[in-house]
Amino acid sequence: MKWVVLAVMTAATTTGEVLQAMGMRRHGEIRDFRPSALGRALAVVVRNRFVIGGFTAMGVSFFAFLKLLTLTDLSFAVPVSAVTYVAETILARYVLNEHVNGLRWAGALLVICGVVLVSL
Amino acid sequence: MTEESARLRVKTWVCATIVVLTNVFGDYFLKRGMSAARSIAGPLDYIATLFQPWVACGVVLLLAWQLSRMALLSWADLSYVLPVTSIGYVLVALLGRVLLNERITSVRWAGIVLIMAGVALVSGGTPPQTTYREVVAP
Repeated sequence: MKWVVLAVMTAATTTGEVLQAMGMRRHGEIRDFRPSALGRALAVVVRNRFVIGGFTAMGVSFFAFLKLLTLTDLSFAVPVSAVTYVAETILARYVLNEHVNGLRWAGALLVICGVVLVSL
Repeated sequence: MTEESARLRVKTWVCATIVVLTNVFGDYFLKRGMSAARSIAGPLDYIATLFQPWVACGVVLLLAWQLSRMALLSWADLSYVLPVTSIGYVLVALLGRVLLNERITSVRWAGIVLIMAGVALVSGGTPPQTTYREVVAP
């Protein structure tokens, strides 16, 4: 059971975060941080269908996480879910077309190993 | 261009700090509230749980986390944001030691060192943005 919940959670997290990044990129850089401008930006962003899709996936991931916390310990859930870092970095390179150079790959790999060790 | 990249870097650091802090404290409150309520059977239980004070605090912070993260992603790469904001794991471990007197084992110290090295490589060695973005007029 915990593996099913975990699989649902990691798939939903990866999908959600990539869709969100895609949607925010389409929106463009936020430069005005006054509350009224942020409110207007939010009103635009919530109608972006990538962002809507991203939030839907993250909602699934959030409730799967709540369920997981009742089934298992954080020290199991967190290291295994570090697999989302691998999937998301690969998707960032090939779907979002980011220039993931050697330094960034190396940094991402160090972080993934570190997350597993810290949360074991 | 150097002025532009310096501007982006400072802006990225400020926003990333907000992202990390709201995430760390949001998760902490949520965890605190959820360990008090161990039985979730149906959808109604989820909704009831959301109104517990600790859980509610956690949810508000995690909402702020999502919004600040979206703002950050409007100019920074996902492959930059992911490793850099993972400094939160280090913060969680250190907070556990300071606030809850949790012991940090040598394995966890090794993990902390790896994460910090990874964050340093990505944040120090690569610019936050590698793809062209449109700028929304203010």
